[in-house]
Amino acid sequence: MTIELQRPPARAERLVDLFELGLDAPICLTWELTYACNLSCSHCLSSSGRRDPRELSTAQAKAVIDELEAMQVFYVNIGGGEPTVRSDFWELLDYATEHHVGVKFSTNGVRITPEVARRLAANDYVDVQISLDGATAEVNDAVRGRGSYDMALHAMANLHDAGMTNFKLSVVCTRHNISQLDSFKEIADRYGAQLRLTRLRPSGRGADVWDDLHPLPAQQRELYDWLVAHGDNVLTGDSFFHLSAFGDALPGLNLCGAGRVVCLIDPVGDVYACPFAIHDEFLAGNVLDGGGFAEVWRHSPLFLSLREPQQGGACSSCQFFDTCKGGCMAAKFFTGLPLDGPDPECVQGYGETLLADRGAVPRPSGDHSHRTEPAKRPVSVTIARRADLARPPVSFCEESPLAGGNLR
Amino acid sequence: MATATVLDIDRAWDLHPQVSVRPEPFGALLYHFGTRKLSFLKDPGLLRIVQALATAPTARAACLAAGASADDIPRYARALTVLARSSMLLERSPADDH
Repeated sequence: MTIELQRPPARAERLVDLFELGLDAPICLTWELTYACNLSCSHCLSSSGRRDPRELSTAQAKAVIDELEAMQVFYVNIGGGEPTVRSDFWELLDYATEHHVGVKFSTNGVRITPEVARRLAANDYVDVQISLDGATAEVNDAVRGRGSYDMALHAMANLHDAGMTNFKLSVVCTRHNISQLDSFKEIADRYGAQLRLTRLRPSGRGADVWDDLHPLPAQQRELYDWLVAHGDNVLTGDSFFHLSAFGDALPGLNLCGAGRVVCLIDPVGDVYACPFAIHDEFLAGNVLDGGGFAEVWRHSPLFLSLREPQQGGACSSCQFFDTCKGGCMAAKFFTGLPLDGPDPECVQGYGETLLADRGAVPRPSGDHSHRTEPAKRPVSVTIARRADLARPPVSFCEESPLAGGNLR
Repeated sequence: MATATVLDIDRAWDLHPQVSVRPEPFGALLYHFGTRKLSFLKDPGLLRIVQALATAPTARAACLAAGASADDIPRYARALTVLARSSMLLERSPADDH
């Protein structure tokens, strides 16, 4: 998607080199509108479940949209939690698009009724991402919860029937679904959607399941080859640049955009460097602070330091450092690896030895998980009289002196 | 929506109405709300040309109005062609002059 003038690509003029210095406003940003969610996905990067009572009010959210319009942020990726469970979600969506801020929102599909689908299809400035992490109910529901596969496909059918084209089917790649990439593509094609694959991060509750879910080394290769074969037809959110170390760089920006071209606003207005780094270490400020979002983006010491030239550390001598850039900052942080070293999933294998010796792993700063969770397996219930009781309890009105006695 | 595969530099062009332009120190960012594609202008000169398209009778005139030399025109024509292919630019009839 990069437009370049046809001239010798001078090394210093690559866009990634310009972007490393940061922009006056993000290209796009992620905005988690609420931590409330009807699901409890085991890998949720924001540990969502319960609403935070301090979440931004409708008026505060609209003030943020006003700022984004003034900064010419083209669009926001709205997520959560499940953003559509906010009662003012549709109001905020209309407000943003009326103010020239496009909206792409991620949903598990719970509120995408035929009526809502028709409304979404009629708005040119809205895009929808349906989350699905298995091409079969078995694989999906093991991570996202029972019934979530049917819910997602029902939502896709509603969008398709309403004439919405090119919405996104968004998949987090795991050990259990790498073998299903072709099936995901078929599902997306069936509903006129575009497939989007992203990387599993050890963020939020993802830290608890990352060891069991992240793709194995051979699967990384399978994923890379699949992405190369499908090129621009499959979106990746530019999240697989660490795979560039297999050979040629993948399409898109090969760059960690944290604090440079992207960031995250969380439900209470806290601004983090990226959606996968919800931790005090990456907290830049809050939109309710005096200067608003623009002040945080332009002047927070954290973001300014992220825009400084970064040192490759142990990676700088690697021949692939120019495209891999040492991989994902959040993936390193939440697996307890040094930020100036290799990614835990470094395809050259430099991360694995470090993982074996890792020390204490930082915990996410917030946990909004539901306090109860659905039973993992069916609980068998039978209705019967207690075996130790021979007859019904004795009433207080019973007059017989022998009542309750066992005379047998 | 017709997608131009070749840009005739001697005809009148304009930005697609659904394209938003954000100037940046290196040039500009372009976002197309219809195709949801992001593009980059890596050259402030190209940004000036794109901004001049709407009022110029031809794309060539827009280049000259933006200060491009005759030697630069083939290079800019190629860049404009790339933009037209991704529907960022649309041909307009000269009568549409603003």
